[in-house]
Amino acid sequence: MSSTTAERRSFRWPLVLQIEPRIDSPRWLAPLVSLVAVILALVIGAVILAIIGGNPFRAYAHIAGAAFGSLGVFSDTLVKATPLIFTGTACAVAFKMKLWNIGAEGQFFMGALGAGVVILAGVVSEDASRFVTLLAMAVGGAVFGAAWGFIPGILKARLRVNEIITTLMLNYIAIALVNYFIFGVWSEGGFQMTRVFQRAAWLPRLSDLADQFPIMRGLTTHAGFIFAVIVAIVAWYILFRSLWGYEIRLIGDNPRAAAYAGINITRNTVLVLMLSGGIAGLGGMSEIAGVIHRLQGSISPGYGFTGIIIAWLAKLNPLIVIPVSILFGGLILAGREIQPAGVPRLIQGVILFMLIASEVFLRYRVRIVRKTA
Amino acid sequence: MDNLVEMQGITKRFPGVIANEDVDFELRPGEIHALLGENGAGKSTLMSVLAGLYKSEEGTMLVRGNPVSFNSPRDAIDLGIGMIHQHFTLIQSQTVTENILLGLDEPRFLMRLSHYDKQMVHVGDQFGLQVTPDAKIWQLSVGEQQRVEILKMLYRGVEVLIMDEPTSVLAPQEIDELFKTLRAMVAEGKSIVFISHKLHEVMTIADRITVLRQGKVTAARLDPKQSSKAELANLMVGRKVLFELEKTAKEPGDVVLDLQQVSADNDKRLPALHGVSLTVRSGEIVGVAGVAGNGQSELGEIITGLRSCTGGTILVGGNDVTNRSARTSINYGVAHVPEDRNHVGTAPNLSITDNIIMKKYRDPPLAKRTGLDRNAAQEMAKGLKEEYTILAPSVETPTRNLSGGNVQRVILARELSSQPTLLIAMQPTRGLDVGAIEGVQRLLLEQREAGAAILLVSEELEEIFSLSDRIVVIYEGEIVADGIEADAEKVGLLMTGGSKVHAKEPAA
Repeated sequence: MSSTTAERRSFRWPLVLQIEPRIDSPRWLAPLVSLVAVILALVIGAVILAIIGGNPFRAYAHIAGAAFGSLGVFSDTLVKATPLIFTGTACAVAFKMKLWNIGAEGQFFMGALGAGVVILAGVVSEDASRFVTLLAMAVGGAVFGAAWGFIPGILKARLRVNEIITTLMLNYIAIALVNYFIFGVWSEGGFQMTRVFQRAAWLPRLSDLADQFPIMRGLTTHAGFIFAVIVAIVAWYILFRSLWGYEIRLIGDNPRAAAYAGINITRNTVLVLMLSGGIAGLGGMSEIAGVIHRLQGSISPGYGFTGIIIAWLAKLNPLIVIPVSILFGGLILAGREIQPAGVPRLIQGVILFMLIASEVFLRYRVRIVRKTA
Repeated sequence: MDNLVEMQGITKRFPGVIANEDVDFELRPGEIHALLGENGAGKSTLMSVLAGLYKSEEGTMLVRGNPVSFNSPRDAIDLGIGMIHQHFTLIQSQTVTENILLGLDEPRFLMRLSHYDKQMVHVGDQFGLQVTPDAKIWQLSVGEQQRVEILKMLYRGVEVLIMDEPTSVLAPQEIDELFKTLRAMVAEGKSIVFISHKLHEVMTIADRITVLRQGKVTAARLDPKQSSKAELANLMVGRKVLFELEKTAKEPGDVVLDLQQVSADNDKRLPALHGVSLTVRSGEIVGVAGVAGNGQSELGEIITGLRSCTGGTILVGGNDVTNRSARTSINYGVAHVPEDRNHVGTAPNLSITDNIIMKKYRDPPLAKRTGLDRNAAQEMAKGLKEEYTILAPSVETPTRNLSGGNVQRVILARELSSQPTLLIAMQPTRGLDVGAIEGVQRLLLEQREAGAAILLVSEELEEIFSLSDRIVVIYEGEIVADGIEADAEKVGLLMTGGSKVHAKEPAA
């Protein structure tokens, strides 16, 4: 402000903020507001970087390069994004019915266990075809994940047990259960991991095609990414185009109205948590079949929890979960490159904060008007 | 005797309504002064002004002869005036003593609960209020919770206690207890304002009565001994101008709704309906007159499958729907205009379209093999928006952005467009402006013409009189009159607990 002290004293800010609810918002408003929020978040991040003595432009360029700079790193970004699409979609489905499933992490582990059991307990024979093996693993993962959604679902539906507590606690149980198997039952030579799965249990990778397309050499992106995108699209269809999705959205907005419309809330509580758990479970299967190729302890750096954030950023829309997951995948990857590693996380946090804060502009019209005397 | 409290010329406006208009009220020391009136007559508003919750636009208040102006309930309590609201303001997980001490200056830091526990018992004993000071609120019955509220006020040294509909949540024996307490308090020199719409209670407990109707005083300082229930009912309900509604003479058809000795509990698990028997025929509007809270809500909910019965049988078109699901009722053609538009009737964040299809989405043309046909849904919504003149920018507008009248039109459009065989209309015009009321009433008559059986529950006697082919009166969960003539005085007396008349066979 360039006004002098004397002026400032007599000067009264003539403008006030006027906030009124919006009756209707145009279609372009939501994406525009989100875009502006992300840009502002990057600006704030840049200011913080400058304050701590970094060069924000170089830092951003480095992050972008580390995550999206070449085919190779972009492929790695997609690998990181794949489990996030699964867990983000899983959370979005449950949150849409206002079921606060924060157990995607545990359901992810159970999915990995389910897929592992199929291989290690010999449910499919070692020389079964790749198609049969992978299909059996997917079924195993989905069923185990769904079971981990069924438990909080039935407890909530029948006994009104708070699903936040149960899903959170079941995370620890799932991880401990996986540990039991990798430490005790299927431990390979005393290490905390099982044997490597047979090749038929590996999801195909882009690098498998390197013979025909040399450019694919070394690319780690696996078919799980495709499946993740398909799952997100199917989840979107269920939520926004199907009869069941209509019921889910109606219960989510007003359970009493849903009961009045004759919708069975008890049944839907169980089914939706099972669907959510099943999707997260598929994520666990995709991760061990596509990346790790064995069952071990550290299969997730918290994908299930990041999924919660992703679901919110995507405004519970599974289609938007896909790009948001890719962005987050990139930031996770860049976190390994950038020092201090906290910088990409800081940016994640600021973006999240800005996007959530920007909601107000969708629901309200904020105007700056001249103060009336 | 000097007045302890005097209110003169009180006018209190809310946007669009005048809740109190030039109201005078007075209270003497040591009396129970009843404030009688229908729901919405302005009783609670008037007393909220006295308790410092609202500020009136006009009028003066004198306490012990001095003019006062309250900015908060605390100012009122400082002058010894406290109010107990219909909905208690207690913290469930804390003890009785903790609740009573809440918000006081003492104790300052250390609670010393056992010390205060003894004080609570001591204060309670003075007025015959038995309390367990270390019990948690959730462990107490509603009657006991009310005692805690009273004790809270007494502990704050209140001289004037205002009780808003204190008996509405109580079981009969608890009401007797309450009355004993009130008499003990008066004997100790306290004054009580007793807000109620129940004539017999007012006649039992009050020393004097002031009657409000539509925000104005219709009778002041009546002595119950020199008045009668009939007189009070008349003062309270009044005679209102009837709308001119065209209603053709029509012979009702077959019995569509048949309730046989139905009983049900309310949310607090107290009996709300006792052996209700009732029939509604096709092409007939049966109006249920009654003061709110006498079992009407529960009546609507058991028929629509939203509440289970504890006894009896409900037949819709000859089919037993007792304790079946809401879906069953919908499938038998029961439409329901619920009492609570925003919490039951609509999903506020979903669009008009999504709200319109709420009961039809499972059937063609909306339901297709792969999912919901959104185009068909939008077409249906657009058509109904036109037909029912729902004012909104588009059918994609969330219903939370609509006015009360338009929300009601969305609900009516949904419920009536399905050509119901039975329509349960709960307070269908409550809170609407005059034009909207007329529109809704015409829609109900159209349904009657179309042969629907209609059960109309309303607190507006005028509405019941002008629409109904047959009038029944509900009081404390019982049908106390069936097929009674449209006489405001008689009906008013019945719905406020006057003598039961013998059920007359409905003319059919």
